[in-house]
Amino acid sequence: MSWLAQYNYWVVIVLMMTGFYIVIASGNLVKKLMGLTIFQTSVFILYISMGKVRGGTAPILEPDIDLYSNPLPHVLILTAIVVGIATTALGLALVVRIKESYGTVEEAEIQQKDNDQC
Amino acid sequence: MLAHLPVLQVIVPLIAAPCCLMIRSPAVVGRFVQLATLATLIISLGLVREVLEQGVLSYALGGWQAPWGIEYRIDPLNVYLLVLVSLLGTIVIFAAPTSIKSEIAEDKQTYFYVAYLLCFAGLLGILATGDAFNVFVFLEISSLSSYTLIALGQDRRALWASYQYLIMGTIGATFILIGIGLMYMMTGTLNMHDLATRLDNVSETNTIFTAFAFLFIGVCLKLALFPLHLWLPNAYTYAPSLVTAFLAATATKVAIYILLRFVFSVFGAEFSLTYLPVREILLVLGLMGVVFASTVAIYQTNVKKLFAYSSVAQIGYMILGLSIGSAAGLMATLLHMFNHALMKGALFLALTSVAFRLKQTNLTNMAGIGRQMPLTMAAVVVGGLSLIGTPLTVGFISKWYLVLAAIEQGWWPLAFVVLFGSLLALIYVWRIVETAYFQPISAELSGVREAPVGILVPMWVLVLLNIYFGIDSQFTVSLSELAAHSLYLEGR
Repeated sequence: MSWLAQYNYWVVIVLMMTGFYIVIASGNLVKKLMGLTIFQTSVFILYISMGKVRGGTAPILEPDIDLYSNPLPHVLILTAIVVGIATTALGLALVVRIKESYGTVEEAEIQQKDNDQC
Repeated sequence: MLAHLPVLQVIVPLIAAPCCLMIRSPAVVGRFVQLATLATLIISLGLVREVLEQGVLSYALGGWQAPWGIEYRIDPLNVYLLVLVSLLGTIVIFAAPTSIKSEIAEDKQTYFYVAYLLCFAGLLGILATGDAFNVFVFLEISSLSSYTLIALGQDRRALWASYQYLIMGTIGATFILIGIGLMYMMTGTLNMHDLATRLDNVSETNTIFTAFAFLFIGVCLKLALFPLHLWLPNAYTYAPSLVTAFLAATATKVAIYILLRFVFSVFGAEFSLTYLPVREILLVLGLMGVVFASTVAIYQTNVKKLFAYSSVAQIGYMILGLSIGSAAGLMATLLHMFNHALMKGALFLALTSVAFRLKQTNLTNMAGIGRQMPLTMAAVVVGGLSLIGTPLTVGFISKWYLVLAAIEQGWWPLAFVVLFGSLLALIYVWRIVETAYFQPISAELSGVREAPVGILVPMWVLVLLNIYFGIDSQFTVSLSELAAHSLYLEGR
């Protein structure tokens, strides 16, 4: 098996690490959330990849087709996408409120203001 | 009707949440939510009876049989926690109408109730379901609503705490999602019971090891195991006091349930505890959590933050019980989950009434408060004694069983650390007692009166439960013993 045979899993790993790195390394709250979204998206691809059956078509019942891809991961990921959107929306709403009360969306400045307050 | 109890347990609060939006008026919504939570409490008690009579209950959602459909599976372990969550959720919400008047703006009170019910439904859903993906969905329902609840705090730091929790919580939940996905990849099933039987054939593969690692880290983030606890202190400190009481009593316990469920029921005790070094990892982190978090708690000036760190330490005890790796240790964990919920519920409700009168919970501003708010501070004293583990309180029962389980394995040093942790608890509780009773009343406290009855009654109900279950522990001990043994049997 060559290294590229399962290239979609490599895509998953690269996306996952990219997203995770942005969450950790970026000081900007909006960028952190975007990193989080990329991180979650990589998991969606992981699920969808595992549902693929080689040579299978879309899971729609047809008389002359007997090989289908597994539809269950798609359904699961539909749920996970909704969860992901809700998380991003809530996160962005929080960032708006943070911007209103702190006047900044940079992690370091918020931390600074909190320390001054104490 | 009785056959539908498992699903009603989750559906009642889930349906009640959007109904609140239609009712709108906060006063009416408050009563309505109390009724809804009371109904879930009655359902959970009904489930206890059913489980004790019939054994494990299996409910096929929508009539689709497991393992294809989603199954709600109620066994001694989750019925025990269903009672815990619905009991605490109900008692805490009875303090809401009075308490949120001072902490949450009038136009946001209805939304508070909606988020509370959703969080409640999510936690109950995690407990009731027997489907691994369903766990993730309910986990996100409860987490997203708890981020909202925390952000309702008046201090702007509540927003920042909520944001940090959102980032950490989402990473944890996504890790859990990856773990479930990898397990599905190897077995083709999501039903936990089915997973348990099928995992045996593939358990020694790298994919399953990876799945376990992702799940384990994800759940540990959610349960705030040291050193993944960083989101917890700020979230508990700046959230509205009532929310802190609810989350501290229930949310982390439910996360520990997920850990137990996956470690024992799905992967099996032999795979997780014998084959992988999970016991050693949990032992070290649990010990560090107890010692480190208790020490940090001593130096806190905000009482809410003090008890938040103490929560991290108490989670350490629960994890220690698990790491002992015997049925007795597991039983101690389960007992401490229930008992800690009672203590922290009582303590944080007492802080709710302090916050109601003083608008903050700084220790320095609480000098001599024992004379102005005697009932509230008496509750803190009883809750604190329970935290230390004095006889006649619930804290004693769980520490007793934990020490017994450690000695049974010949782990004397562990027993000593548990007692040392109690000593640290004694120090931080004493700091509060000293300030409240033995310092002259500060000028700003002179006009302060006792908190209103609306908060005092739920608080004292919890305090009395602390004492009641400390004297007559038959209910908790017998249920947790049953749950611990059923988990061990499943794991074999």
